[in-house]
Amino acid sequence: MARQLHESAPPVSLQQEAYLRAHHKHHHKIAFGRAFLLLFFLGLWEAASRLTWIDSFFFSSPTGILRYLWQMLTDHSFFTHTGITLLETVASFLLVTALSLLTATLLWYRKSLSEILEPYLVVLNALPKSALAPLLIVWLGTGTNTIIVAGISVALFGSIISLYTGFCQVDPEMCKLIYTLGGSRFHALTKVILPSSVPLILSNMKVNIGLSLVGVIIGEFLAARRGLGYLIIYGSQVFQLSMVITSIMILCAIAMVFYRLIQGAEHFYKKKY
Amino acid sequence: MQPILSLRDISFSYHNLKGETPALSHIDLQISDGSFVAVVGPSGCGKSTLLSIIAGLLAPESGDILYRGLSAKDYCADSALKIGYMLQRDHLFEWRTVWQNVILGLELNHTLTKENTEYVEKLLKDYGLHSFKDKKPSELSGGMRQRAALIRTMAVRPDLLLLDEPFSALDFQTRLAVSADIASIIRKTEKTALLITHDLSEAVTLADRVVVLSGRPASVRCEMPIHYEITREDPLKIRSTSAYQDYFNELWEVLNDGKTTP
Repeated sequence: MARQLHESAPPVSLQQEAYLRAHHKHHHKIAFGRAFLLLFFLGLWEAASRLTWIDSFFFSSPTGILRYLWQMLTDHSFFTHTGITLLETVASFLLVTALSLLTATLLWYRKSLSEILEPYLVVLNALPKSALAPLLIVWLGTGTNTIIVAGISVALFGSIISLYTGFCQVDPEMCKLIYTLGGSRFHALTKVILPSSVPLILSNMKVNIGLSLVGVIIGEFLAARRGLGYLIIYGSQVFQLSMVITSIMILCAIAMVFYRLIQGAEHFYKKKY
Repeated sequence: MQPILSLRDISFSYHNLKGETPALSHIDLQISDGSFVAVVGPSGCGKSTLLSIIAGLLAPESGDILYRGLSAKDYCADSALKIGYMLQRDHLFEWRTVWQNVILGLELNHTLTKENTEYVEKLLKDYGLHSFKDKKPSELSGGMRQRAALIRTMAVRPDLLLLDEPFSALDFQTRLAVSADIASIIRKTEKTALLITHDLSEAVTLADRVVVLSGRPASVRCEMPIHYEITREDPLKIRSTSAYQDYFNELWEVLNDGKTTP
């Protein structure tokens, strides 16, 4: 039974249909497996806390988390804390992306600059950024600025290095083509290096959003009165473990949403090119 | 005929910390207007370096280039004396459509005028690519890609065409067809062309004159004018003539002469 989507589309052979069916079946199996794993884990957790295999004071429980989440939603603290963390993450992510693109471009444009800066970049990239946090607090005080800078510091140097390395790996013959057509080095940058690096830039953004979130949470641990990182630290200090775990769950959700957004951008790009 | 391009005593070496590698040594070459010259030589002998120097991408360490009476610095700045350079691989940009690729040169020179775009449209029609205008390069066959690359080169209306083994990435069958195709396009437009190739039969089939370079550092070993009684339209017909055989054998001997190993 060949189904025809368009009149012009060729009829689908039996083998192709079987292949498609097997493909869908496989996908359903994977989706089911994922959902099952999550539900099984939640069920086990809930049961363990109700049957007092674990102490729900320390481990909380799915229903405990839901209850706490509901409370957060009704007193609007959910929006304050999640909102500020989101804002800080997005701000540091955008700044990291812009700064690293700009710096990597400059390094590519001026080879000697990149040679001068290389050892510093490597050291700054290897440095544990949480070591900088106390300094940042002294210099910038506690608050949103410090946290955004913390978020930037975690992602920035690695991002510059990976973008610059990617730029240097673009086929030099492509740049030569630009020169043969009478173009300048600036043209090579805008017509070859940047457009050919879009997939790299997108995958780099995926890494950056994760690292920005890491930096923002570290910052909030140390220097905030609001935000999910603050809730986690505060909750652990007052033994409100539901608060801690709920915040972690919200963080998971945020990471997931960001990842999906950039993946969506990647799909859009792939479809277009 | 008056040469439009003359190279006098051109030498060039590549330098690195381990030492210098001479690539060209005392090259003398004259190319007359409207001629099709092929340059052959052992691989790695510096043929591409020669083209880069003519195109003004590299400066020779010694010697002079005169192109229509101008030195390299002057003719590169002169927008009317464009040199078209076709590289080994087509390098069509995958993030651009075929059309956006072929107008790249016009875009870079800020000459996207109505007249020029109409000219490119005409080229696309002439070379059978017009219906692929809005496609991605990946949707073209190897031969079509090479023709698109030629259109990209021709779009800026070059006065002289430099072809750096433009057919070497194609399979044999496509290569025969596309090389004959592109050579006839170049002949029709009466452009002067300098073709670099390592394929002796290609050189003998397409060119009016074959220049043989020695191994590295390259110098001109000999030049051989090529003439056939029949037209060049059909590469297979050319290849079955006895003149072709003679030229080919002569070239073969010249190239193998100076080698230490057989």
